[in-house]
Parts: sequence; C-alpha cells; structure tokens
Amino acid sequence: MTQATKTDVLIVGAGPVGLFAVFELGLLDLKCHLIDILDRPGGQCAELYPEKPIYDIPAWPVISGQGLVDRLMEQISPFDPQFTFNRIVAGLERLPDGGFRVTTDEGEAFEAKVVVIAAGGGSFQPKRPPIPGIEAYEGKSVFYAVRRMEEFRGENLLIVGGGDSALDWTLNLQPVARRLTLVHRRPEFRAAPDSVNKMLALKEAGKIDFQVGQVRALSGENGMLKSAMVKGPDDEVEIACTRLLPFFGLTMKLGPVAEWGINLNENLIPVDTEKFETSEPGIFAIGDINHYPGKLKLILSGFHEAALMAQAAKRIVHPNEKVVFQYTTSSTSLQKKLGVVG
Amino acid sequence: MTKLTFIAFDGATFEVEAENGSTVMENAIRNGVPGIEAECGGACACATCHVYVDEEWTDVVGQPEAMEEDMLDFAYEVQPNSRLSCQIRVRDELDGLVVRVPERQA
Ligand SMILES: Cc1cc2nc3c(=O)[nH]c(=O)nc-3n(C[C@H](O)[C@H](O)[C@H](O)COP(=O)(O)OP(=O)(O)OC[C@H]3O[C@@H](n4cnc5c(N)ncnc54)[C@H](O)[C@@H]3O)c2cc1C
Repeated sequence: MTQATKTDVLIVGAGPVGLFAVFELGLLDLKCHLIDILDRPGGQCAELYPEKPIYDIPAWPVISGQGLVDRLMEQISPFDPQFTFNRIVAGLERLPDGGFRVTTDEGEAFEAKVVVIAAGGGSFQPKRPPIPGIEAYEGKSVFYAVRRMEEFRGENLLIVGGGDSALDWTLNLQPVARRLTLVHRRPEFRAAPDSVNKMLALKEAGKIDFQVGQVRALSGENGMLKSAMVKGPDDEVEIACTRLLPFFGLTMKLGPVAEWGINLNENLIPVDTEKFETSEPGIFAIGDINHYPGKLKLILSGFHEAALMAQAAKRIVHPNEKVVFQYTTSSTSLQKKLGVVG
Repeated sequence: MTKLTFIAFDGATFEVEAENGSTVMENAIRNGVPGIEAECGGACACATCHVYVDEEWTDVVGQPEAMEEDMLDFAYEVQPNSRLSCQIRVRDELDGLVVRVPERQA
C-alpha cells in the first residue's frame, strides 16, 4: 500500500466553494488538502466562464469568473492549502479509528479526519463527440487525452477540434505521427492565435493535413479504427486513420461520488442545514453538490455552507478544544493566523 | 407579443407568445419544448440550446457572433442555419419565427 499523505481535512473539488472552505477551516486551525480533476483551481468559474461577469458576489459589484478564483487563492494563501490536480477522487473509505482514507485514480492515498465533498456539478470529464458507435473504439483507438506521446508513434492520427487542446496536440504529435490530419468544422479556431499560425505553417509545408468538416461515421473492426467519414461543406471525404483524438471540451459527470456509500437524491447529496453533514458522520457536502430545502446553487450560498461546516469539522478534529466565536476584524489570534499582525 | 414556433425533432409543433427582450431559449424552456436543455442557463457557455433557424428567417435572425460560433463547435450536426437559442433575442421583426430542434444536444 502506498504511503498516505496526512491532513486534517480532505476537500474533494477545488471550485470556489472548496477554496473558500480552506479559509473558514484555516481560521479554526485545520489544514486542508484539495484534489481536483482539472489542472487548476476554480471549478466552473475557471473552466466554463473565466471571462464572464458575476454580479452577485457580496461587495463585488462585478467580478469575472477567473477574477473571483484569483481573489480566493489570494485570500486562502495564509493557510498554505495543498493541491493535487489532474486527479479524480476515486475511493473513499472509513478507517477503524474514525478517519478516512481517500484514493485517486492514479493510486495516491490520503488520510484525513474529515472529508468535505465540494464536487459541484461533478467532475469535469471530456465530452464524447456525437459520432455513432464511437464507444466501441474508446480506449483502443479513440482517446480523449494523451498520457504518453510514444503511444501515437507511427500512427495515422486524426485530431478533431478547434480549441487549444486540439491545436496543442496537433503541434506536439506531428513529429511522432506517421501522418496527422486535423479536422474542424470551420476554418476559424478558438485556440491561441500563435498555435493556429504554427499549425497553418505545418499545413503549408505539407507536414499535416487540415480538413474542414464534421466527423460523421467511423469504420474499423474490434475497436481498431481504419477510417473516418468527414462531411465537409460540399462533400464527404473518407480519411484513413488508426487513432482518433477528439477534443470537444469538458462536461460535468457525477463520477465516483455515487460509489462512496453516501445517500444521494437525484445526483445530489442531502445534508442538514446546521452542519452540512451527509448521511455519513464526518463527511460533509457543500456547494452545488448538496441539497436541502430551499437550496440555491449560488456561490454565495456555498460560502455560507462552508462557514457552518467548518464549525462542525473543528469539533471532530479537535474534540477537546472549545470553539470561541470571533471576528476577523477584532481578534488578534485570527489576525495572526492570517499573517496580518506579528 | 411576438409569435414563435418551435418544431421538435419528432415533428411536434409548439406555438408560443414571447415577450420582446426575452431569449428564444427562455421561451422554449418555459413552454417545455423537448430537446432544449440549456445547461448553463443562457450564458453562452454550453451548446445545449442549439436550434436550426428556418431558412426563410436566417437573414432576419442574423449570424452568430464569434463567442457563439466558438460554442457551436461543441454542438451536434451544426449547419449553416445553426444558432444557440439563448443568443437570439425576441423582437418585433421576429414575429412568426420558426426554429427546429436537432435530434440531440451534443
Ligand atoms: C455560465 C455560468 C454562470 C454562472 N453564474 C453565476 C453567478 O452569476 N452567480 C453565482 O452565484 N453562481 C453562478 N454560477 C454557478 C456557480 O458557478 C456555481 O454555483 C459554483 O461554481 C459552485 O461551486 P462549487 O465549488 O460547489 O462547484 P464547482 O465550481 O462545480 O467545482 C467542483 C469541482 O470539483 C471537481 N470534482 C468533482 N468531483 C470530483 C472528483 N471525484 N475528483 C476530483 N475532482 C472532482 C470538479 O472537477 C470541479 O472542478 C454560474 C454557473 C455557470 C455555468
């Protein structure tokens, strides 16, 4: 068994609510470790709407999704939260001593006295493109991520999409692939202009092919791809390929949360409104993932839930300490924790 | 009030009276038009309110802006008359507009 990383509170999901929980728990001297499948903090705010304005964060008449995440990261930095990104929390089990053991899809293990599920709308996972029968090829010749470039050496590669992932992998895999074709439904791209220029240069030099169109059908056998039918603006073309990499963005799926033995109701976790605890003592759920009468899926509500949850978490981790209610404005002990007084 | 007609994928027709200033998506949701999901609530941040604008209406409705084009990359069976219905605002000129719902949203 791998050596487990120990922490007071393990937070599943580094969306805005998971991030603010670090602050409320930190004021009560609890250390946090956060795990997220994304490669950066911020959840929906960072992934779905980084540049869009939010108008209902108290005292911020307007702030962008990414702006909010940046401010939260700054606000929680005194508490030195630990992050593990690009990992999905796969397992959660109770230890004999009452704490929890949490494991990731890559086999890392964590031990915590309290677990906070701040999993929002679920974990972000690649969107499956609407190509009939694609499931049969997944994991054999259709991949949604590149773990090792070597696996694509000498293959006839078809990359589909017009965003940064599609363009970055086109540039990176071109030298190892036997032949690489990029397919996008239009000649304009969402990706960074610099990558687009580099891709166009490769195309001009005859090193890759670019086809405007949408993939309609796949053919092959036993999960191994032979060709793809691409419908262009005028006609259909058949492109020979042995590997397909579709990059159609991310969508949220509940994922492994359903397997942790916690009561669920229509993919949400019912909690009480005093502690925001789940059906399992010591496991809390805050933010978009939870449900209670009157629940609103707002960032503001998630922040409130984090504050109340922290009080209950404190009593579990430090059962013999008395929790005194204090204001950050006037308490020198809180200000010391925040690093604003000596 | 402006009249809109939604034609679901199975051919069912929904005629609705829409308020100017609302979005075509909002009217679909309010009237339970099947096949319009609108996951992100109208922020042009998903592509699950995709519709085909009737050929007669494409000029009046107009073309998508760059951000909407980017989101349409994630939609299913995109055609030249594809739009995200959350980005079409109801106004007098759209009285009688007909839109079709695709087989599926992404
Ligand atoms: C377009 C749009 C506009 C919005 N506008 C507003 C607004 O104006 N005001 C407002 O208050 N709210 C708004 N919201 C809603 C707001 O973004 C959510 O309420 C908020 O993001 C919820 O935060 P959260 O931390 O609970 O979850 P999320 O932001 O969903 O983050 C959850 C994180 O957990 C991760 N995760 C889940 N399961 C796992 C797992 N098993 N392993 C690893 N990681 C996992 C996910 O990858 C994700 O990063 C908007 C949402 C959208 C989509």
